[in-house]
Amino acid sequence: MSHQVTNVVVAGLGGQGVLKGTDILADAALRAGFDVKKSEIKGMSQRGGSVTGDVRFGARVFSPMVPQAEADFLLVLEPTQIDPNRYLLRPGGVLITPDAVNADLLPHKRTLNVALLGALSARLPMSEELWLTALRAGFDESFFEGNRKAFLIGRSSLSGA
Amino acid sequence: MNELNRLLLSGDEAIALAARHAGVALGVGYPGTPSTEILEVFSEQGGHAQWSPNEKVALEVAIGAAFGGARALATMKHVGLNVASDPLFTAAYTGVSGALVIVSADDPGMASSQNEQDNRRYAVAAGIPMLEPSDSQEAYDFTLAAIEISERWRIPVLLRATTRVCHSYTVVHPAPAIVAPKPANFERDIKSRVMIPAYARVAHRKLRQKLAEMQEWNESCSLNQVVRGSPVLGIIASGISFMHAREVAPDASFLKLGFTHPLPMKKIQEFFNSVQRCLVLEEGDPYLVEAIRAAGFRVEGKADMYRFGELDVPRVRRILDYDLTPEPAKPPGRPPQLCDACQYRVVFEALRKKDCIVAGDIGCYTLGVLQPFEAIDSCVCMGASLGVGLGLRHVLPAEQARRVVSVIGDSTFVHSGISGLVEMVYNPPPNGHVLIILDNATTAMTGHQEHPGTGRKLNHEPANRLVLEDLARAVGVRRVHVIEPRAGSGEFDRLLTECLASNELAVIIARRPCILIAKQLKQYEQQRCECDAPQAVAAVAAAVAG
Repeated sequence: MSHQVTNVVVAGLGGQGVLKGTDILADAALRAGFDVKKSEIKGMSQRGGSVTGDVRFGARVFSPMVPQAEADFLLVLEPTQIDPNRYLLRPGGVLITPDAVNADLLPHKRTLNVALLGALSARLPMSEELWLTALRAGFDESFFEGNRKAFLIGRSSLSGA
Repeated sequence: MNELNRLLLSGDEAIALAARHAGVALGVGYPGTPSTEILEVFSEQGGHAQWSPNEKVALEVAIGAAFGGARALATMKHVGLNVASDPLFTAAYTGVSGALVIVSADDPGMASSQNEQDNRRYAVAAGIPMLEPSDSQEAYDFTLAAIEISERWRIPVLLRATTRVCHSYTVVHPAPAIVAPKPANFERDIKSRVMIPAYARVAHRKLRQKLAEMQEWNESCSLNQVVRGSPVLGIIASGISFMHAREVAPDASFLKLGFTHPLPMKKIQEFFNSVQRCLVLEEGDPYLVEAIRAAGFRVEGKADMYRFGELDVPRVRRILDYDLTPEPAKPPGRPPQLCDACQYRVVFEALRKKDCIVAGDIGCYTLGVLQPFEAIDSCVCMGASLGVGLGLRHVLPAEQARRVVSVIGDSTFVHSGISGLVEMVYNPPPNGHVLIILDNATTAMTGHQEHPGTGRKLNHEPANRLVLEDLARAVGVRRVHVIEPRAGSGEFDRLLTECLASNELAVIIARRPCILIAKQLKQYEQQRCECDAPQAVAAVAAAVAG
């Protein structure tokens, strides 16, 4: 069953845009016509604690949470959060860390979440156009150019990998 | 939000949208994770939503609205229903004329709560119908169903969700057409609504009659579904557990219960008889399993070790496999902490330095219990800092009693600290007492909601403001201080020392807006100015333009 569902976990610290990242990913998957579930734990995370968000998509998704050791992709926005979340990744799953993109090229350091989504996007079935539509819808219009740049930097960084 | 008629919504958003579509006239509540977003979204969508000082008041306002024939929604987190339980139990007797839906957002696993109580017990204890959604589509549909049931049986309905349902996003197809509410109108019905013993005795019998009728209706209603699979394994589940179970056992048969009080026992019996192994899978308390066993069906339940915390796919797998070996510990993440620039750091440093015995309360500042402060000695429930601090003061030897301080936030103080303050004045301990109100002008922990002390309504528009220092003086406290806690000034330390040494009752209001909302506050203030003095603003604008 799990091979029909794509499991993505995004991890980081409160304030890094973890949940925004999962919003964009889930929206892109929804626009592509998949069944989508997204799960997150809010609350105490506002105070700089660890945050993770799960996105699952496929023909039909039941549980909203990615079971441990079943994540196909683990996106980590903060180096200290790599080890605590590694157990979520399935054997052979893909780990995407801040090293995946050259931070010096980003229009703003806050766009790291979008850049890493770009890196992830190169491995997922949704079209670039759908991703950009989701990015445009997910933020204030004034952020779109910066986000588009960051996204494409990420997307090209991993496309050859 | 997304494409037309196919929305990706959280359970909270779905409840709000359904309430809006159903023409709910009034949504009331008190912020509490994971329920907070319901009223915020209901308000954003154009609904009339209000934060009440606490859940008891909120439920009473909702009862009034439903007495008036309107559709009303009351939202709260699980522990909020404890506060609102007094009106809840008797509203079950009085019933309603319109609709009353009470959302209890439970928090198994305690993502952001002080306990993991299972509020399904309240439906049984109060004798009201209960619906349990397992995803956002059901959160939407069941909100509509709750309104329908409430109007049909003239009874409050408990819509019980959990953190995973409230905060997970799943696809929702909104309903095409919903029966519009009747216009609100007062119809006198003294015997139903005035619960003197003579009328209440009759009302209790009427309630039991309604429950019997609803149970019969529940046997064939569409809120429960049977998924026919292999007869080898049958799973009875409700809420999010159903989703985990379908993933773990895609071939099993399922009885998915959505209307979980009063239970459809004939339907359960039929399902039980149709399968070889029948397992009840539920998060939290063994509510379903106990009820079903009491009805005489020897269903399997989960081992006690799975009563603690949330269920998920791996745990459900273990339950199905009778796995009782210790579960692997998850690697610890970084715990939350007081923000680096939080003004309360000054307060907790002072409390630590003076070795105060601190009766704490619920909010961001509970984080003062962690390193490096470790400056909170108790945290029980909303408002308990007052009572607990006073109790300690009354019994401890003088040397210790003099170091006892109660610490509470502004929103929490308004929620249920005011009666504690009255207690402090009415029954003062021999050496006085010190109450510190940490006033950051918001309900910070739940995501910065307004409250009566901020002077703004739920939608941030101006409101009458409750002035905490005036209240403290009016109650009879003579020593009331307002101070801005500033790092490095030593001013707060001196004031605390003075109050502790005074042997009198003292209230210190440590006031400074939460740094996380500084920008928004400026905006609100600007809007308020424009609103209060349109002419003055126009004059200034003209002068600037000139």
